[in-house]
Amino acid sequence: MLEVKDLHASVGGNTILRGVNLSVPAGEVHAIMGPNGSGKSTLAHVLAGRPGYEVTKGVVRYKGRDLLAMSPEERAREGVFLAFQYPVEISGVSNVYFLKAAANAIRKHRGQPELDAIDFLALVKEKARVVAIDESLIKRPVNEGFSGGEKKRNEIFQMAVLDPALAILDETDSGLDIDALRIVAAGVNQLRSPERAMVLVTHYQRLLDYIVPDVVHVLLDGRIVRSGGKDLALELEKKGYEWLEAPAGSR
Amino acid sequence: MTTAAQAKAFPAEVVRWREEFESFRAGLPREEPEWLRALRTTGMGRFEELGFPTTRQEDWRHTSVAPIARTEFQRPPATASVADLAVLDTLDFGHAFARRQLVFVNGRYAPEFSSAETADGLHIRSLREVLEREPQLVQPYLDRQASGPGRPFAALNSAFLDDGAFISVPEGTVLAEPIHVVFLSAPGAQPTASHPRVLVRAGRKSQATIIESYGGPADAVYFTNAVSEITLEDGAVVDHYRLQRESARAFHIGTLCAVQGRATRFASHAISLGASLSRLDIRQVFAGEGGECVLNGLFLGGDRQHMDTHTWVDHAQPHCSTRELYKGIVDDQARGVFVGRILVRPGAQKTDAIQTNKNLILSREALVDSLPQLEILADDVKCKHGSTTGQLDPLALFYLRSRGIGEGAARALLTYAFASDVIQRIGVEELRAGLTEHLQRWLPGSVDMEAAV
Repeated sequence: MLEVKDLHASVGGNTILRGVNLSVPAGEVHAIMGPNGSGKSTLAHVLAGRPGYEVTKGVVRYKGRDLLAMSPEERAREGVFLAFQYPVEISGVSNVYFLKAAANAIRKHRGQPELDAIDFLALVKEKARVVAIDESLIKRPVNEGFSGGEKKRNEIFQMAVLDPALAILDETDSGLDIDALRIVAAGVNQLRSPERAMVLVTHYQRLLDYIVPDVVHVLLDGRIVRSGGKDLALELEKKGYEWLEAPAGSR
Repeated sequence: MTTAAQAKAFPAEVVRWREEFESFRAGLPREEPEWLRALRTTGMGRFEELGFPTTRQEDWRHTSVAPIARTEFQRPPATASVADLAVLDTLDFGHAFARRQLVFVNGRYAPEFSSAETADGLHIRSLREVLEREPQLVQPYLDRQASGPGRPFAALNSAFLDDGAFISVPEGTVLAEPIHVVFLSAPGAQPTASHPRVLVRAGRKSQATIIESYGGPADAVYFTNAVSEITLEDGAVVDHYRLQRESARAFHIGTLCAVQGRATRFASHAISLGASLSRLDIRQVFAGEGGECVLNGLFLGGDRQHMDTHTWVDHAQPHCSTRELYKGIVDDQARGVFVGRILVRPGAQKTDAIQTNKNLILSREALVDSLPQLEILADDVKCKHGSTTGQLDPLALFYLRSRGIGEGAARALLTYAFASDVIQRIGVEELRAGLTEHLQRWLPGSVDMEAAV
């Protein structure tokens, strides 16, 4: 599904990613862990195509295609989804309108007929149940006045509606209390499927108690320095990141 | 007076307007009341003294009216071509307000498109007709607000006072349906000028919704110099909409005055979409306690349009509130100006005023000057103002695109979202829908906005 080879990227002239290699097959959930400033969020945004995040070297293949050649909207239409760490508030546009515009742009791209308001509302209601989001939030302006937990839940709700093939979740656990975390994790688990790949970017092991990954990668200083099973996350929790730091050949 | 004026050697463009005035005056009916003649003569004299404003004057610092001053405008033809009249269809919201509508073509009342009303003290009719038959009805209100120091265009309007709308709502009358006043300019081959006048008197505890529409055939060159005066007697409620959709080559200067009695509510929604050069001055005064003033505004400028709005709210009495929200969107090489002044006079305690101006710049070469100004001379008041001017938020754009929405559509959606609070405050559904539609056509990446909010 996703093949990242020797990816280098910089933001505002600062090199953040220094040769990331990553392979995520369909059906798997990969966690990317690392301390602050290691490049986790940069990797997530580069994959989604954020302007200003400049790829200086490397290749990213998604379903065999050159992901980096696509605009952000093309990536989304091809099935890439980024759940933002800080979802953007957009006053003046309702959540449901925004989602309908997005869903229909994606459907159009796939040659599917656009959904009318009634069909779309039915879909929205079904997905709202999956992620246990309050229906009143759906009619409000996008993320405006939402609590931190509501914003995160809204991201997962959007993901459920847009049904991506590759979901990248950037620090989805940050700012959530344990109850909110459980709900969000349950939503994500419901969306796990053999056709879907997921990349969880997280600072803490806590999220992985609820969303158990197939593979855990450790990102340090812009490179993946260690990969392993879910036990690697527990080890990191115990020992911290220091024991992995300054691996031979870095910089 | 004429002799004295000529002796002072006014600039050529002012002399031209004086000649035009003399010819206009010669054609007026002889039996007019003396006060009306005097009003015109005084107006002309004031205009002569003031001349066209220059950018050296503080009030006109951001707007040059040189293109108006140098154009030789003819008096407009009495009738318009069938093709030009068809423009009415684009101005009247699908005949939504046909029951209470006054249409003016080239400043002159067009009864065939209008439905005037005169019954039980309610007047919705041509000002000229009232001046001819019952001038005493308008004398207490006419030119009581618009004339003031340093207002050359209002003075020019008074000089050429001829026709317009007269709306008088008697005490206690509540009009549920809006009154639509349409000013269509159809100049023909030569540039023309018209000086429309709207006079509104809302009696005690009356309620009315008034829509003023201005427009003309695409690419026609003309000058609309409009003055509206609104008097709200104690307890009156007036919702006023002003929709400026002049041709892309037109000049539009508007003066809107409102005086609010005790416990009145005046809401103004001013939407500027057309004209190559436009200026709107809104002047409001609280003449009694407990009044509420709401000023909403939106201007949308593209190409090389220049759009200037000045608002002036005068808290001359205590216990009054103002809520002002003006938004501007400029694209291409358009230029917008917002100058908003709120004056809280000594003794106007418990004033509660909020003024907000937000501008969105969509291109590199577009520009907005924003000058919110609060002058507070009372000590027990709650006032604040704020102004922001910026571009679309790149992160919000990315957020929309990351969900599959194309860049053009994302820009359009965010631009619409920017304007949406002003649009949502519009209480007349047909206007709200019409404006949404306009915005949709105006914005590049066509998206269906109607359901956006």
